[in-house]
Amino acid sequence: MITDIFTLLVRFIFLVGLQVTILNNIQLNGYINPYLYVLFILLLPVKFPKIPAMLIAFFVGVTIDIFTNTIGIHAGATVFMAYARPFVLKIFSPRDGYETDATPNIKDLGLQWWLAYSSVMVLIHHFALFYLEAFRLTEFFSTFLRVVLSTIATLILVLITQFLFGKSKRER
Amino acid sequence: MKNLFLFLYRNNYSIIFFLLEILCLALIIRNNNFQNASAFNSSNKIVGSVMEVVNYMNEYINLKATNKNLAQENARLRSLMPDAYYESNVLRNSVSDTIKHQQYSFIVAKVINNSMARRNNYLTLDKGSMQGVKPEMGVITSQGVVGIIKNVSAHYCTVMSMLHKDMRISAKFKNNNYFGSLAWEGTDPTIAVLKDIAKHVVFKTGDTVVTTSYSAVFPENILIGTVANADIKPGENFYNIRIKLSTNFSNLTYVYVVDNLLKSEQRKLEEATVNNDH
Repeated sequence: MITDIFTLLVRFIFLVGLQVTILNNIQLNGYINPYLYVLFILLLPVKFPKIPAMLIAFFVGVTIDIFTNTIGIHAGATVFMAYARPFVLKIFSPRDGYETDATPNIKDLGLQWWLAYSSVMVLIHHFALFYLEAFRLTEFFSTFLRVVLSTIATLILVLITQFLFGKSKRER
Repeated sequence: MKNLFLFLYRNNYSIIFFLLEILCLALIIRNNNFQNASAFNSSNKIVGSVMEVVNYMNEYINLKATNKNLAQENARLRSLMPDAYYESNVLRNSVSDTIKHQQYSFIVAKVINNSMARRNNYLTLDKGSMQGVKPEMGVITSQGVVGIIKNVSAHYCTVMSMLHKDMRISAKFKNNNYFGSLAWEGTDPTIAVLKDIAKHVVFKTGDTVVTTSYSAVFPENILIGTVANADIKPGENFYNIRIKLSTNFSNLTYVYVVDNLLKSEQRKLEEATVNNDH
């Protein structure tokens, strides 16, 4: 229990720190803004209680917002993503269900499963994020392009991070 | 009543979700407003000090470009020194300065956080209310217009950049003084769009666009950019003019905060005039 909380804390500091110090300063062009911090929500254990997950998502979002002067935007998108998490997990659940202590990661559940799960979740987050940011529908298509390109960029970063740091529960 | 509580209990997950989203929307809408912007932003002291560390590292990377800009600015200032002028007009020396009041003073500030890739971009500067910075002051560089101060804390302030969806700047052609309103369309950080220029106005590609003093935020004749191209839709009376911005937002380092000493007087007079109408 204590080690679990410690792991979450370290992961939070690492991902949010990486996001606000480096990723927010990488400016490729107006359409590609990767948001790696969503990996924090993606990696919450399958059986993590739903309501605390949503409150944690709100806290993570607000922290990112404070650094980007966009109070409410990242928080809203991350809460939306955390709300959708149990439903997405249910859709992609293996035939005989998840193990009780399963964590959604590549090593335990496989690359194919991970790609399906993370692309749906990241798309949900980025969709909410960029439309909240634009806050109007007149720029519908340019915002949509932004959603798609940023989702691809985030997915690539998420995959790289998983291959570099991902640990299986069984190996430990 | 029992059923109501049962309903709330069964759907507590969705209800908490909706409450959180409503809270986020309230925060977003509140933050869109200049007057009561929220306290959670990067003018906060802790966040400011984190950004100062990040910026400290970035400064080394940008040293070359910064040096070049400072050298250019030095050259420009040197050319304004009295020594650089040939005194062709003797009368000018006899004009006493007592009839001129200083209207603008400038506060030098360092950019410690900057973005240009998002739809709504902000900067953070290392000067705050202790140095006399107040909300709604203009921010410029030697290259041109940067933005308007939004939030101020004791040691830091945040700037709503030109590259923001709610930014409108009153702009005019330097050579004929026709004015319009300038906004950013959200994709290319080097291009903004000038609207409300009537069909009969004559201009050409490369014409200079500068600020007006109508908003009392920027001094008059601060460079904004040059005309890149223009089009007019059939049946409309106003041009859509694309302006190449003179400010390079990707390497901003030192900026000037504009303090208009006569602003409150201008605003008070204008408000009183409008109120008289009602």
